[in-house]
Amino acid sequence: MTAAASAVARGEAAFRAARRRKRSAALLGAAILLGCFLLSAWIAEADPATLRAGLPRIGEYFRRILPTLRWEVLFAGTGTEGSLAFWFYRLDSWALLLWETAQMAALATLTGFAAAALLAFPAARNLAPGPLAYHLARRSLEGLRTVPDLVIALILVWAFGVGPLAGILAIALHSTGALGKLFAEAIENADLGPWEGVRAAGGSWAQACRFAVLPQVLPNLLSYGLLRFEINLRSASVIGFVGAGGIGEELYTAIASNYYEEVSAIVLLIILAVACVDLLSERVRHRVIGAMEGAR
Amino acid sequence: MLELQGLTRRFGTVTAVDAVSLAVPDGQMVGIVGRSGAGKSTLLRMVNRLTEPSAGRVLWDGRDITALRGRALRDWRADCAMIFQQFNLVQRLDVLTNVLIGRLNRRRGPLAGLTGLLGLFTAEERARALGLLDRFGLAEAALQRAETLSGGQQQRVAICRALMQEPKVILADEPIASLDPANAEAVMQALRQANREQGLTVLCNLHQIEVARAHCDRILGLRQGRVVFDGPPAALDAEREEAIFGDTAPAAPGPSGPARAPAPPGAALVR
Repeated sequence: MTAAASAVARGEAAFRAARRRKRSAALLGAAILLGCFLLSAWIAEADPATLRAGLPRIGEYFRRILPTLRWEVLFAGTGTEGSLAFWFYRLDSWALLLWETAQMAALATLTGFAAAALLAFPAARNLAPGPLAYHLARRSLEGLRTVPDLVIALILVWAFGVGPLAGILAIALHSTGALGKLFAEAIENADLGPWEGVRAAGGSWAQACRFAVLPQVLPNLLSYGLLRFEINLRSASVIGFVGAGGIGEELYTAIASNYYEEVSAIVLLIILAVACVDLLSERVRHRVIGAMEGAR
Repeated sequence: MLELQGLTRRFGTVTAVDAVSLAVPDGQMVGIVGRSGAGKSTLLRMVNRLTEPSAGRVLWDGRDITALRGRALRDWRADCAMIFQQFNLVQRLDVLTNVLIGRLNRRRGPLAGLTGLLGLFTAEERARALGLLDRFGLAEAALQRAETLSGGQQQRVAICRALMQEPKVILADEPIASLDPANAEAVMQALRQANREQGLTVLCNLHQIEVARAHCDRILGLRQGRVVFDGPPAALDAEREEAIFGDTAPAAPGPSGPARAPAPPGAALVR
């Protein structure tokens, strides 16, 4: 056997052994995953029988909240039963509440964005000025992110009273935690050559963040911020459940009092609003990124 | 005068720079040559403390640089401008702002921190920066993003940033390793010009010995972190060149010996 042939044979054998190892590792992993899945289903009492029994009732609820519309009078006035206007009989006040909800989401997103941008730099592993600042920033972001905004809102309603302020603050705090982690990850992926350039020119830590890192990550941050705005609009729609402003309070009342047709009307309005924001922010996001990527 | 005394840096078990002592008179242009991993970059980066020495001292006019902290350290870094192989410009910022970054440390006054962060530079600062760019034939590109420039142009912008610091020393870490020959020559000329006209001390890492011969007053040969040659270009004969670059080294590590890898960029990143 020539030297080349034996090298090929040895390489092939090594390749097969490596493939065998990988395959058995993958099999083992899949078995463990399946075990965990069954165990958690058993503990959480996720029973297929209950699922089968309950599923039709979901459909039943949807049938109940469906409005009774009649073709003949579809475009008649508020007083006529079966018309669109009768279904959306409080459209004016709902629209106002929806507008308020959107304002809440916007304010909360802006506040959260600013706070997250400040906390993300010390929370980025590659830039943190020291272990203390790093852990402080990381842990506070985790804390803010872990507590659901609905729970924060409950506490803030107790402190500030019923109204949108509590809702805005609650969503802003939660957004800070959620955005801060994403921002920190974007910063960790930044090229550190410019950072060294600014530091070597005698720039301070803050100056290096501002001049070397921010220009690199800004399009990313804005994109995350707009995405968060969509999420926050949904959040702001339900945060009224605990009295923290917006259309949620109205929705909660409708659900609790079994005003079935009102539930469907409000939910439809929220879905429409979220879809609008989705479309709009998608455009803005592409524009912003395009403008930043462009000018080449 | 810049003095290094027993300067040493270890990465784990590997000694990248091994007790280098050196005195560089003001206004000298020193070419530091050696193979990849000889410790050239680490040596340079210890002078402005982007890499902290494990032992030894750096002195500037008798002042101990290795003891500086905070503001004083940043001031020293502004005094010894660094030029990098990869230019280290901020690609998304325009050329003018990149040059003005060399000014960040020089701003004084109660509002300097804030205006610096906001990027509010004065008309004089802009005029200085534009003047420098003009000197290097880049005035037309002042408002373009750095990333739109060729490598040679970017390195000249980096030299403008360095000169904007009004430094006393220039540390050039493989400034021409990423450039084509014509651009490399232009960059070396620019460094030589700064050295001659402004009397700046220049330490320049190179791996092409001919470039060092052509442009430097003094050549320092590094091998495995130790100085194996120190003298004028004329004294560097074939035998001594072999001592720096050759395969048969004094006490060369065997095939299983530790690779003297240079610090990966950012590995010993300054906080």
